[in-house]
Amino acid sequence: MASSTGVKPSDGVANRSGHEPDERGHFGRYGGRFVPEALVAALDELAAAYEKARHDDEFLGELDRLHRDYTGRPSPLTDAPKLGEHAGGARILLKREDLNHTGSHKINNVLGQALLTKRMGKKRVIAETGAGQHGVATATACALLDLECVVYMGEVDTARQALNVARMRLLGATVIPVRTGSRTLKDAINEALRDWVTNVDSTHYLLGTVAGPHPFPVMVRDFHRVIGMEAREQVLERTGRLPDVVAACVGGGSNAIGIFHAFIDDPSVRLIGFEPGGDGIETGRHGATLAEGSPGALHGAMSYLLQDEDGQTSESYSISAGLDYPGVGPEHALLKDIGRAEYQPVTDAEAMEAFALLSRTEGIIPAIESAHAVAGAVRLGRELGPDATILVNVSGRGDKDVDTAAKWFGMIAEGESAEDADGTAIADGGRA
Amino acid sequence: MTVSDVFTRCAAQGRGALVGYLPAGFPTVDGSVDLISAMVDGGCDLVEVGIPYSDPVMDGPTIQAAAETALRAGVRLRDVFTVVERVAAAGGSAVVMTYYNPVLRYGVDAFARDLAAAGGLGVITPDLIPDEADEWLAASTAHGLDRIFLVAPSSTEERIASTVAACTGFVYATSIMGVTGARDSVADVAPEIVARTRPHTRLPIGVGLGVRSGEQAAQVASFADAVIVGSAFVSAATDRGTDGVHDLAAELADGVRRAGVPAPA
Ligand SMILES: Cc1ncc(COP(=O)(O)O)c(C=O)c1O
Repeated sequence: MASSTGVKPSDGVANRSGHEPDERGHFGRYGGRFVPEALVAALDELAAAYEKARHDDEFLGELDRLHRDYTGRPSPLTDAPKLGEHAGGARILLKREDLNHTGSHKINNVLGQALLTKRMGKKRVIAETGAGQHGVATATACALLDLECVVYMGEVDTARQALNVARMRLLGATVIPVRTGSRTLKDAINEALRDWVTNVDSTHYLLGTVAGPHPFPVMVRDFHRVIGMEAREQVLERTGRLPDVVAACVGGGSNAIGIFHAFIDDPSVRLIGFEPGGDGIETGRHGATLAEGSPGALHGAMSYLLQDEDGQTSESYSISAGLDYPGVGPEHALLKDIGRAEYQPVTDAEAMEAFALLSRTEGIIPAIESAHAVAGAVRLGRELGPDATILVNVSGRGDKDVDTAAKWFGMIAEGESAEDADGTAIADGGRA
Repeated sequence: MTVSDVFTRCAAQGRGALVGYLPAGFPTVDGSVDLISAMVDGGCDLVEVGIPYSDPVMDGPTIQAAAETALRAGVRLRDVFTVVERVAAAGGSAVVMTYYNPVLRYGVDAFARDLAAAGGLGVITPDLIPDEADEWLAASTAHGLDRIFLVAPSSTEERIASTVAACTGFVYATSIMGVTGARDSVADVAPEIVARTRPHTRLPIGVGLGVRSGEQAAQVASFADAVIVGSAFVSAATDRGTDGVHDLAAELADGVRRAGVPAPA
């Protein structure tokens, strides 16, 4: 019973995808390096180390071994028939990145970069995190591989993802709350970049998504290509055909590019990224960078971003810390422009409804980030009807979000403990 | 007046140049013109007018806070042209220091056109490397603006050579690995990056990041052609306004004069 089969995590690294940027990291007009000169040497070193590792059987073998024995890959594909009943009868298949060790897709990239850090002889790792999932994965890899770990996290996010702050500290990482700007992911990246400029000799910046300067967008993508490669085989094996739609949430875009990539050359497959619509696009309080933004340079790459008339970055908003980011990876910008992928907003309310729906129908509590993709799939299923097959990337699990959800659904009243809360709140659809 | 004229004039006086930075619109647009004028009166040969930006990754807490103050007070990109125009009208020589996205958003050619029209002499681009600068190279050439790129202690020989080849006016050498902010001592790597850059260019080389006293200015001026000071001016403005800025400029200008010109390489 081969549930995903011949695919090895290193396949996405060792084999070119056929959709590569130019040698300076440009995806069309996007990507590149909009960075201080001080970082160029480190980026060149990283690009060279990655290029060498891609052809090194020892590196590739170690990556595969860790992903098998430590991460728990391959991740399963789960049929979600009861969710499908709420989605126009469409067949919904869930790619279970939530079942990876540390609870999200982030570990795919983190183990790859942590192994590279060792090979570059660096002893200190810094990372940014929004939801805390990338921070937790990084702290985990650093514990495993004996690296010093410092994680920057916006103060708004340390509050809404407090559980993950504790997890990182348990794993031995130093978590630094960032109090500048909007105090979310964007500002955590600024602080990480400032640290990197200062300590670049000793330090690797383990960036957590497919954004940033070259080689990050292509390298991080390659470490995540395993998601789509496994899923494509699993879906074919399970259903005998390709899915009609592949759905993923988009923050910086790593889980989405990871699952999309294996299907780019399948023209019948629609690739749809779901961005955080926050309170609704019309309110201006959202993080729908591709749907609502415009081209510009932020955090080292040219891509879409949310900005005002003067090129000042706008503050994004989402209930989901991991999607609350006014930028996005450059390859998504290209996929949007050439029409190969579509990007649609999903509001906080839609995402939370899907969060509850997947929990109740299938017994799977998704991360609020991933709930955006689930909501998108439900919306599409209703449009496309019972003949449609929709593959959804469940990028992470929702344990970290239980507090936010309990408040949203009014399951815990002020001064009350979880035990005496009224469990019917969700069934009533009630937000107290 | 061009950037090159500024350096020629200083060299004729047997000394290097003092370059001072303050952001436009800090604390207000009029206030920034007063502060920059005080910097010029105190003895700055060239001023860098900063464009406040929401995500200043090369800046430490002092300049970050100044940018936030200016943005909160409602400074707009077009205000930088007003500030430059007024500084130039008062006899000052000004370049602009800006992150690249505001320029991209305004339109690279339109930005160069409007800055040149305001009397600006050039632009320092801390997060734009020549590799990505085709549009800016064309626009700066078309509108007669100098383009000042940065070299860093981590730059390879090859990158120093290609970067200075794209520069006009002067070369900006970041003296330490790190973000802006006043420091107690001049880093050991500062003379080294200047010495590594010299063989590749005949342009003057300015050193920035960390200078805050007359003594440090004299030390830097002994090996560099310009001493660039930013955070210390922002702190002086915050603490004592135009008087503070004027006094600091005078102290630094005195340091630069004490040092004379760098010994030929
Ligand atoms: C579970 C999960 N999904 C998605 C994301 C968003 O990141 P990306 O768009 O890079 O996949 C995050 C980020 O924290 C996350 O934790």
